[in-house]
Amino acid sequence: MRQFLVRRAFRAVAALWGISTIVFVVMRLSGDPVPLMLPPDAPASEIFRVRAELGLDQPLYIQYLVYFGNLARGDLGRSIHMRQPAMQIAAERLPATLELALGAFFLAVVVAIPAGLVSAARRNSIWDNLAMGLALIGQSAPTFYIGIMLILVMGLQLRLFPISGRGQGTWLELGDWPTMLSHMTLPAITLGAFTMASIARLTRSAVLEVMRQDFIRTARAKGLSELFVLVRHNLKNAAIPIVTIMGLQLGTLLGGAVVTETVFSWPGIGRLAIQSIFNRDYPVVQSAVVLVASFFVLVNFLVDLAYGWLDPRIRYA
Amino acid sequence: MAEEVTVSTAAVGIAQRRAQRKLGYHLRRVPPVVWLCGLIMVSMVLAAAFAPLLAPRDPFEQSLLLRLTPPSWLEEGEPGYLLGTDEFGRDILSRMLHGARVSLGIGLLGVSIGTALGSLLGMLAGYFAGPVDELIMWFADMQLAFPFILLAIAIIAVLGPDSGDLPIKLVIIVGISGWMTYARVCRAVVLTLKEREFVQAVNALGGSDGRILFRHILPNILSPIIVLATLDLARLIILESTLSFLGLGVQPPRPSWGGMLGQGREYLDTAWWLSTFPGLAIMLTTLAISRGGDWLRDVLDPTLRSG
Repeated sequence: MRQFLVRRAFRAVAALWGISTIVFVVMRLSGDPVPLMLPPDAPASEIFRVRAELGLDQPLYIQYLVYFGNLARGDLGRSIHMRQPAMQIAAERLPATLELALGAFFLAVVVAIPAGLVSAARRNSIWDNLAMGLALIGQSAPTFYIGIMLILVMGLQLRLFPISGRGQGTWLELGDWPTMLSHMTLPAITLGAFTMASIARLTRSAVLEVMRQDFIRTARAKGLSELFVLVRHNLKNAAIPIVTIMGLQLGTLLGGAVVTETVFSWPGIGRLAIQSIFNRDYPVVQSAVVLVASFFVLVNFLVDLAYGWLDPRIRYA
Repeated sequence: MAEEVTVSTAAVGIAQRRAQRKLGYHLRRVPPVVWLCGLIMVSMVLAAAFAPLLAPRDPFEQSLLLRLTPPSWLEEGEPGYLLGTDEFGRDILSRMLHGARVSLGIGLLGVSIGTALGSLLGMLAGYFAGPVDELIMWFADMQLAFPFILLAIAIIAVLGPDSGDLPIKLVIIVGISGWMTYARVCRAVVLTLKEREFVQAVNALGGSDGRILFRHILPNILSPIIVLATLDLARLIILESTLSFLGLGVQPPRPSWGGMLGQGREYLDTAWWLSTFPGLAIMLTTLAISRGGDWLRDVLDPTLRSG
């Protein structure tokens, strides 16, 4: 168990190091950022001064070490536009993204597992065909298209939900919940659609797989109710592939947030990254990328741990 | 002598008939849905190939009088503009036909890059093992360790989107997005293949590593590669259209499905057709590819099946 932990932790750290190195390399590919940071008529002496201040006149390997030293302290420079530490700007946007990702994940699980169960139990029924047809669409339609169509139909035509922004208020205040939830509904469905489809399809096939086993026949022969057999005997045994894909999907949600946040003007870190690209605010883009990637690695690490805990056979693999 | 000849031609005949029967068997068992997917794919490819001939109008031709005209089959539609016009009065159908070239072109080029890169690296990793293997697989793990869209964003943020006629940066970014899958599968297959007698035999006869890899191993890993490439194509088309949607891919005024959808977003409450049709095209294409790819996988290589 300890060996497993150490190996996974080592892999997570290696991944973080790799990501930050890629960011460094990409950053240096861009050439000299200094002229972008200064007004176009800045004198040469000023350019040299800023270049020295940022350490860009040093050899590359020293820059690399300095970059890592700064990164370890969470310092990726100051935002060119907002005159604040870039990392701080990015970190302030993280809660909104996490809120959306968790909402989407929750929604996906709550809808997908019962849908998969019903599909498996009533195989080839109209419900099965409907659910699996929707799942196929959910898996192949691009996220942004689902979002746009939801805005068009649910937001603009039926006027059921607000189509942009995050609700004013907090989750701590129960009175704010209606507005928070209504703002979150469409973005959460959009972001969660792919995950929902994957989980539903997998639940269906995992349950069908277990359904063929002898102990299910025994349970039925004992006269247990169909629902009891389905949930207690079947779902429990089908859980491992389902939990695995849920873990993998958590990361996908963080990546997908970039698109969903842009579609719904959700004030999260993904939208910040895209806006910063158009503002040429590189330190903020880098901070956002490093932050989301680190979170992704962390989530995957935790999922690995949970996985080993759920199925002891995997632990020493 | 004569008898021998008849026997061997008979054997060839049997083998041929068996091959035909096998093909016929598979073709007869193609479900109607897969035929439909094939039909969609073929028409998309034809639309892309003959876009300049099929497009009723110049995709760049603007007309201020015909801004945001609804599709011709609606009440306020203008005859001749089957899917309506966009905010500059350009014909949406014509732009979509030309956009098909972009989406399918970038998708296919990207798949070629990914397949070539991934299978080459995977073969090297599996065949040479040791440090080569470790290094290649470490890179693969690294790239799998975080969402690729972030890397794409970081690269485009720094290099800037493509400006010229050929979206080279976009093709490369899309191309390197998926090499890991090919590398992993190829590596695993090569690991078992290289222990097989026929490879050992070539090795014993003094065949070079290159000869073994490309003449003897490569033909044996083609079918998983083809299956993966088909399924990957759908993912790459979505990636390209996502980047174009975000304004980081194909740049206006050049038509691309993702870009058209993104620009049409501003007019969603007054002109729904701007976004709806290009999005429908993306969805139909990827749906057809992935459904067809699933079928191809089941026929060619059922071992690749997973969640």
